[in-house]
Amino acid sequence: MPGLTPEAAAQTAGAAPAPLDLVLRVNGTEHRLKLDPRTTLLDALREHLHLTGSKKGCGLGQCGACTVLMDGKRVKSCLSLAALVEGREITTIEGLAQGDQLHPLQAAFIERDAFQCGYCTSGQIMAGVACINEGHAGSAQEIRDWMSGNLCRCGAYDHIVAAIQDAALATGSVRGG
Amino acid sequence: MHPFTLERPRDLAAALAFRAQAGRNDAPAEYIAGGTDMVQLLQENVRRPDRLVSLAGLLENRIESGPQGIRVGAAATMAEVAAHPTVIEQFPVISEALLNSASPQVRNQATMGGNLLQRTRCPYFRDVGYAACNKRAPGSGCSAIGGENRWNAVLGTSENCIAANPSDLAVALVALDASVDLRGANGVRVVPLAEFHRLPGDTPHIETVLEPGEVIAAITVPANPAGRRSHYLKVRDRASFEFAVVSTAVALDMEGGRIRQARVALGGVGTKPWRVPRVEAALAGAGLDPAALRTAAALAAEGAQGRGHNDFKIELMQRAIVRAVETAGARA
Repeated sequence: MPGLTPEAAAQTAGAAPAPLDLVLRVNGTEHRLKLDPRTTLLDALREHLHLTGSKKGCGLGQCGACTVLMDGKRVKSCLSLAALVEGREITTIEGLAQGDQLHPLQAAFIERDAFQCGYCTSGQIMAGVACINEGHAGSAQEIRDWMSGNLCRCGAYDHIVAAIQDAALATGSVRGG
Repeated sequence: MHPFTLERPRDLAAALAFRAQAGRNDAPAEYIAGGTDMVQLLQENVRRPDRLVSLAGLLENRIESGPQGIRVGAAATMAEVAAHPTVIEQFPVISEALLNSASPQVRNQATMGGNLLQRTRCPYFRDVGYAACNKRAPGSGCSAIGGENRWNAVLGTSENCIAANPSDLAVALVALDASVDLRGANGVRVVPLAEFHRLPGDTPHIETVLEPGEVIAAITVPANPAGRRSHYLKVRDRASFEFAVVSTAVALDMEGGRIRQARVALGGVGTKPWRVPRVEAALAGAGLDPAALRTAAALAAEGAQGRGHNDFKIELMQRAIVRAVETAGARA
């Protein structure tokens, strides 16, 4: 194996840059924050707003555990810098239920036992909510394709697909159904 | 992550004045739009810019269509363009290329301009644990030549770099004679997409013709009768959310079961989006019989050079062309 570069040895050399003032809108509430410009939306949610429902798996946009909605559309919060999403409406798993009333997909995940360790679950649910809203939950095959941005290392995929199908039917979102 | 100053300019002129430059690892300042590739590169210390200049909200995202074709603002997301009715009707190959790219989440974030500027997936470029990468560290050598090179290019390579361009979108666009509007402080210049990316040659660290302080502002696709009968075939290691091993974009203008004009480009095999004009010329006038398609597709291999693990791509890309032409030709 070729030698290690200085970059690999010194991951974050240099002084921290000046913090930025910014406002994030999360689950209907505005939060004023002072953040290092390198802070991703995911780290802002977890480390600064203490909304730890969104998980950090890979931190590189590959696993989907950090999925949130931005202006109603699903995104990977680990791939956005927090300072560049000011003014956008962010919805996390914490903002999905109406009081004690679970979102139909949350209820379907429990009903279908659609998780084992649970680490990917909030991301799966946020992506699943979007998948249903987009009209991409018409069949198991369509769901698998449109949920491919979310990995489950426990392999609970069959139950996840079933839960999304149930919730799509319950909310009347299946086209032609 | 390397410390950087994050600039959030109020207008495009202010953003251009920072003279940031995409696609060069030795540029001290770089632009960020959707961020889906840039944040990965920052997280892994592949890119270490001192200054990052945001283009958020500064570029157009409109999708306009007319008799001349379509024009897409660089800030339009991949998802928006993939779902646009005119794109689906007139250029299905563009919609298919986009829907076969990345994941639904990334397609909601990534911009069209940024897609054309995404960096290679060559594992040695992406892993700073390897010292030798001429694209990341000019003059350091190439770890892929003689290394694990299954994912690397076989066309347009040099002895300094064999990194493949990873964009599916660019393959579809280059087949359709698309051009990009490059906006700088002195105005706009229009560059055919085929001339936008540079071959690696002796300078693989310079990936495009973009100058400091220049950004992609829009993408134009001219009207083309072949556009409606077009198809994107992507061959990859899993069925979804994966980069291409080999891909091809095909557009056919047919008359009475014969090909009047064909447009063919390849992905996953070239150091830039790879148009194959000799294949197109051989397809003109041909029917859809497999032997004729096979003979035409063989011309794609001209100049191809495998490096061991990626030798199979030379045969696979010919077969992909044959299948894509058959699929496009069967379309009404």
